[in-house]
Amino acid sequence: MDEIQALMQGFEVALSYRNLALMFVGVILGVIIGVLPGLGGANGVAILLPLTFAMAQTPGGTTSAIILLSCIYWGALFGGAITSILFNIPGEPWSVATTFDGYPLAQKGRAGEALTAAFTSSFVGALVAVIVITFLSPIVARFALEFGPPEFFSVYLLTFCAFVGMSKEHAFKTLASMMLGFALAAVGTDPVTGTLRLTFGSTHMLAGFDFLIAVIGLFGIGEILLTLEEGLAFKGASAKINFGVVVQTWKELPKYWRTSIRSAAVGCFMGIVPGGATPASFMSYGVAMRFSKDGEKFGTGQVEGVVAPETAAHAAGTAALLPMLTLGVPGSPTAAVLLGGLLIWGLQPGPLLFVEQKDFVWGLIASMYLGNIAGLIVVLTCVPLFAAILRIPFSVIAPIIMVICAIGAYTVHNSIFDVWMMVVFGIAGYVFKKLSYPLAPMVLAIVLGDRAESSFRQAMLVSQGDMTIFFSNALVGSMTGLALFLLGWPLMSLGIARLRRTLT
Amino acid sequence: MKAGGEELSGESGGRAAFRQKTAEIVVTAVFLLLGAIVIFDSVRLGIGWGDEGPQPGYFPFYIALIICLSSLVNLVRALLIPPQKNNAFVEIGQLKLVLAVLVPTSIYTALIGWLGIYVASILFVGFFMRWLGRYAWWKVLAVSVANSVVFFLIFEIWFSIPLPKGPIEALLGLN
Repeated sequence: MDEIQALMQGFEVALSYRNLALMFVGVILGVIIGVLPGLGGANGVAILLPLTFAMAQTPGGTTSAIILLSCIYWGALFGGAITSILFNIPGEPWSVATTFDGYPLAQKGRAGEALTAAFTSSFVGALVAVIVITFLSPIVARFALEFGPPEFFSVYLLTFCAFVGMSKEHAFKTLASMMLGFALAAVGTDPVTGTLRLTFGSTHMLAGFDFLIAVIGLFGIGEILLTLEEGLAFKGASAKINFGVVVQTWKELPKYWRTSIRSAAVGCFMGIVPGGATPASFMSYGVAMRFSKDGEKFGTGQVEGVVAPETAAHAAGTAALLPMLTLGVPGSPTAAVLLGGLLIWGLQPGPLLFVEQKDFVWGLIASMYLGNIAGLIVVLTCVPLFAAILRIPFSVIAPIIMVICAIGAYTVHNSIFDVWMMVVFGIAGYVFKKLSYPLAPMVLAIVLGDRAESSFRQAMLVSQGDMTIFFSNALVGSMTGLALFLLGWPLMSLGIARLRRTLT
Repeated sequence: MKAGGEELSGESGGRAAFRQKTAEIVVTAVFLLLGAIVIFDSVRLGIGWGDEGPQPGYFPFYIALIICLSSLVNLVRALLIPPQKNNAFVEIGQLKLVLAVLVPTSIYTALIGWLGIYVASILFVGFFMRWLGRYAWWKVLAVSVANSVVFFLIFEIWFSIPLPKGPIEALLGLN
């Protein structure tokens, strides 16, 4: 069991006082970020990323930096449940399904129960996903060591086609927004020849568009503008968790073990396939509703209806780090930001990470176990505190969040032009969200654009322009085939639906 | 114009400032324009096959082609929105609130370059609290100044990341 041994070494790395302290700091910051409107996992991590530049230069610092940032992510995932249950505002898209039963429970005065159930099942979901990461990622990485440019391009292709096939937005809107991301990624220096592209003589455009600015604008400013439309006041249920409620809920939870296992499985699978956390939470809510004996009562405040989506969402959110670490292909916008962090610190994500940066990888995986335990402790004990943050009037908290976003955008490259870009991306994010153009594929395209292009062009060089290289062996062929299947899926499902209608 | 205020919250059923259809068409037009710009520059760079394999414009060209084609589909879909489904994209009340944030934010961004981020933030937070929140002046002053001081301590002192500063910091000798 090489993995167990490596994991134990990872625990040695993660269990230093400094790293444990960073874990708690990260989780607390993350929950605050998850609770605040306009700040979520992705842009929260993006804003705090520049703060880690100095930290990453010290020996062992990259591990500390990734522990801090990943714990912010876990915290944000936990925080999403608080706003969903108490205020009926999903902090993240994958918390939407939690509001269905969480908010009714809170209205009935059972907020404590709902929160305990949500946090505990989040923890269970994350734990299952981390175990999957522990044992599956070394295998995937070993496998991926053999990958050449065609294989990598087919992985990218699969990632992006999965978005088209699985997103609930219209396929052509997904496609348009994704390709816009690729076009933005192409601005600046050509990764292969070094030629300047699409800069039109502007010096600001030389370095291209930084996806961190896009993330802060699209998710931060855009979200604030949307929240503003809904009105300025939040009306929420009061939050009280005492030890008695926790113990009582924990006694009740084991009877939903079937739902937990199903949801965790759905979550892990959908998290590894990119873009999966949100569909995973909805899917597992739907599955739980169908299989539960109280299925018809779902939506009126069933604890099981909180367990299912939370387990799946947290499992998916955690499992999204598996392809990020092993292949360098992030499964979610937040994973993409973490990947950006790795690149900035000078680490090359991908299979080689498991060979060359063992301490980093296993320290991170060990910190996932510890970080989620830290998260569970923090949220169970401090819920009223975090809920109080949401009661700060919007006219105070909104400008402060804007200032935080502006500082975050500025510190990426010390450029005021970036702050302007953030405002532009904010407006775009607001409009796109309202017209249901999905943002996640766009962000992922900005992050992966250059590398997808490089691997495509290298593959083309090898084959002298022959596209059949993407079907040249069983592995690359099946990935490309699956990608094309997913790409065509919206059309096929449309056809099937139409066929069914004509038959009946 | 006295837009905003906590009491204006959640107003619904107002008149539409823009309709869904208009917004969809404008966005597809922007997409088409951006696609055209990318195609234009890609063609300049060469979209064919050079000595070193695909030329620099090769990949962006096809990307932009997909942008244009999918935007055309979206445009047709937008044009086919029936009048009864053409809901409000944004109502006038909502638009006022959004602009009430967006305009000050733009001014704020312009001020950062001139006054530095700390002073600009004091003005920005103060403006919001006074104009939208109608807080007493002492509260406005306390929160907005405290906010900037906290950020100054975090960034300049703790993490030693310099943020843009202006004449007032120079006067106080904080540069």
